[in-house]
Amino acid sequence: MVLTREEVEHIADLARLALTDEEKERFRQQLSAVLEYAARLQELDTEAIPPTATVLPLRNVMRPDEPRPLAPREDILANAPEAEEACFKVPAIWE
Amino acid sequence: MHLYNLTIHEARSLLGAGEISAVELTQAVIDRILAVDNDVRAYITLTPEVALEQARAADAVRAGAGPLQGIPIAVKDIICTAGIPTTCGSRILENFIPPYDATVVARLKAAGAVILGKTNTDEFAMGSSTENSAFFPTRNPWDLERVPGGSSGGSAAAVAAGECLGALGTDTGGSVRQPAALCGIVGLKPTYGRVSRYGLIAFASSLDQVGVLTRDVTDAAILLGVIAGHDPLDSTSLDAPVPDYTAALTGDIRGMRVGVPREYFVSGMQPEVEAAVRAALQKLADLGAEIIEVSLPHTDYALPVYYLIAPAEASANLARYDSVRYGLRIVGTSLEETYKQTRGQGFGPEVKRRIMLGTYALSAGYYDAYYLKAQKVRTLIKGDFDRAFEQVDVIVAPTSPTTAFRIGEKTEDPIQMYLSDIFTLSVNLAGICGINVPCGFDAQGLPIGMQIMGPALGEMTILRVAYAYEQATDWHTHHPPIASRTSRAH
Repeated sequence: MVLTREEVEHIADLARLALTDEEKERFRQQLSAVLEYAARLQELDTEAIPPTATVLPLRNVMRPDEPRPLAPREDILANAPEAEEACFKVPAIWE
Repeated sequence: MHLYNLTIHEARSLLGAGEISAVELTQAVIDRILAVDNDVRAYITLTPEVALEQARAADAVRAGAGPLQGIPIAVKDIICTAGIPTTCGSRILENFIPPYDATVVARLKAAGAVILGKTNTDEFAMGSSTENSAFFPTRNPWDLERVPGGSSGGSAAAVAAGECLGALGTDTGGSVRQPAALCGIVGLKPTYGRVSRYGLIAFASSLDQVGVLTRDVTDAAILLGVIAGHDPLDSTSLDAPVPDYTAALTGDIRGMRVGVPREYFVSGMQPEVEAAVRAALQKLADLGAEIIEVSLPHTDYALPVYYLIAPAEASANLARYDSVRYGLRIVGTSLEETYKQTRGQGFGPEVKRRIMLGTYALSAGYYDAYYLKAQKVRTLIKGDFDRAFEQVDVIVAPTSPTTAFRIGEKTEDPIQMYLSDIFTLSVNLAGICGINVPCGFDAQGLPIGMQIMGPALGEMTILRVAYAYEQATDWHTHHPPIASRTSRAH
């Protein structure tokens, strides 16, 4: 098994995911299996191979910084779990 | 002939000749949806009133004023539609109503299309069977006990069952081509950057691409022509001219070089799939194409590369679901607990699995061994295709190693599920284009698909081969037996 229970908890913490005990154990087994499967990549010598982050020939696409109409503010705010006046309302971060 | 079974080009002719109206056509398709969708469950959201209003508007102007004037189309529920819920098949976006249209939706509307509703998808397009939808699985119209493929399974099933004339899907690792294969229809994944991703809710940004699902190759050419092209709102969209894709539909492939990659004909494949694709290759040879064996030596590594890169990008993209601006919020004892509870309860198992996998692959100490390594092997996979396309015009292989599998058959074993994309993933990693065309049926009457892959911006070439094959066969004229079953049920 590649992953320990503590590692699963650490990853879940980094990803801001609350998991049940049952999920932690299931993910530990399933993610370990996928990582073991992925270990076959180590067979390849890629020392001299550059990474591909994008297949596009494009780099740094620029456009003029000009204002353009956006969707109506009320339509945007309507999707917020909580909104007040023209603001998204969030839980207090400190008391 | 039922109106709901018309192809887009047939419907255009009838509309143009004044033999049918857009309202009649739209109503026929809506009636068909009402008759069969309780079984198929292709749609998450239906918008019949909007559709009929658009149909009336289409009838009010000259027929053919737009290339899709009065044509009823479905849109995968991961593509934003202004004022119409867009859920991504997820609880976390269950109540999300986009304030704007995706560029592809705006282009459909500008072309005169009638939009019927939003089709089911694996949650955030993560899956190969549409069983990962948070709401319900979609069923394959050819056999309701089987999956339609995924993640664009709702779109594929809707096209196959006569619940729309064509549909938009998205393809990150095969999500247009594989469900098209399993549902016996045409599915085209354009070159990365060919179609704008603005308003497509992101899964894996270096791989995602909007594609089209249709009943035949001509319709795929028409629909692609509407949605392709540069978009200043998507910095990764290619600023290349959009050809008239229908000009590729000549039926003549004499002298074309068709590559057959030996790595794609491996043990473990369903024998009927291999036999059907081999027979299709013979047909291409009979039509005058030259069949050439090619090698894509890094094919075996595509699956692990994909399942590191796609989850890594997903873990970053899905970090935005923080319950601040949109989406579900489950209030916890602190801000951090609110994030964790919202995401823990809002995302389904496959999405959480991939976020976890991606977070791990990007985390300190593992980045080089997993993510960077995968990006380097991606370079090798792309290089395989670059070399192959120096020798051949297209590459032909099966689209899926099996026909449609049973609902529930692979849900407990992620790797088995991931293997259903084994023939489609490489196209996304290389950023090239591919199309599925129906090429037979197995002994149980389930459709088999052939994949024709082309180089970057090679859409004209793959459409040319696909059309020539289609015109020489009649697989695309078969319709699933869904109607008879439903009428019995009544």
